[in-house]
Amino acid sequence: MTGDGPIVEDDLQAYVDGRLGDARRAAVESYLAQNPDVRERVALDIRQRNALRGQLEGKFAEPVPPRLWIANIRAARRTTMTRRLAAIAAGLLLFTVGAGTGWFAAHHETLAPPATAGVAQNAAAAYRTYVVEVAHPVEVASSQEAHLLQWLSRRLGKPLAAPDLTPFGYKLMGGRLLPGNDSAAAQLMYDDASGKRLTLYVRAAQGSETAFRFNRDGDAATFAWIDQGFGFAVTAPATREELLPIAEAVYRKFN
Amino acid sequence: MADPGPLIEPHIPALRRYAFALLRDRDRADDLVQDTLERALSRWLLRRADGDVRAWLFTILRNLHVSRWRSERRRGGTVDLDETTVGVAARQETALEVHDVLSAIDQLPEEQKSLLLLVGVEDFSYDDAARILGMPIGTVMSRLSRARQRLRALVAGKVTLLRRVK
Repeated sequence: MTGDGPIVEDDLQAYVDGRLGDARRAAVESYLAQNPDVRERVALDIRQRNALRGQLEGKFAEPVPPRLWIANIRAARRTTMTRRLAAIAAGLLLFTVGAGTGWFAAHHETLAPPATAGVAQNAAAAYRTYVVEVAHPVEVASSQEAHLLQWLSRRLGKPLAAPDLTPFGYKLMGGRLLPGNDSAAAQLMYDDASGKRLTLYVRAAQGSETAFRFNRDGDAATFAWIDQGFGFAVTAPATREELLPIAEAVYRKFN
Repeated sequence: MADPGPLIEPHIPALRRYAFALLRDRDRADDLVQDTLERALSRWLLRRADGDVRAWLFTILRNLHVSRWRSERRRGGTVDLDETTVGVAARQETALEVHDVLSAIDQLPEEQKSLLLLVGVEDFSYDDAARILGMPIGTVMSRLSRARQRLRALVAGKVTLLRRVK
């Protein structure tokens, strides 16, 4: 844009946004000097533009919450992809075996209910990701327990209470929000005197109620179950015998 | 393959600001940003390699916002956009303050609101703002002019009211 030509509405908009070249800006300014009505209007536009920027400055300056860190989003994605690949692999294996022998039809009931398996896998993956975390094992610490539970409950769509696991030697550290399958998942983390960590994982899950399902992934043991539209999983580096009473206590707490 | 992390991360504060201005709810805004980042990571290789990462991220966020808003409207979850603009005259007499432009722009249609935010706050060029919003580049100035006119009218209504009260 040059200094020539009549001032049009586009010039006024560009003036408000500070996007005119020197010559054109001078032309607009002299136009405004002669047109007080327009000048008042443009001045109001500029004030409102600045006010809007000012109101949002604080938001821009806020530290980015951990759940929006690329590393954390990546970790969650990897978990999802691994799970999908595992599901595909399992499907292929079944197909191969079943097609050859007719075994599939006769024995499908020995397969674990997939919903419970999914919850257990999600929980184990979340456990692996965050239990090793030294600096930020939890997003909100247990010192803000009321806030933590209120927040997770709202995001989960289920009133969440932190079961008291002190009879088993575990104290609440805090919790975090995680991406679930289609919705949010919550992870509460506990630790014992030796620093051994236990997690309780909860997310919405389809499927009818199921019995406890036990799973071991390396040294992490998981009991998972579905109850009233939600999947629960308790994961810790423990034996089956050690973990079972804890899982039962959690089940009673939510049932 | 270039690591997208360092290219995406610097834009997260601005994405949060835009999402918050659109939704005015801290958690829902961060949900929207999280969905945007997940999508950006999964589509990283599909983007135009010479394109501007910032404009691309804002396009994803805005499209997610609009499609989510549409599906919410279908479920009857939120107020219809036409209602929010129609309701303006009645609401001027309530809590709207002249300096609270952030609340005032809530009463504009989403496209006008986004345009004011992308141009006025995020400092996108007129062409980039038009591309993000999927509008013809030639129409962006007149739409911006209309958005500001409407905003002035909202605020003017309040000013008149205050004078009358005094």
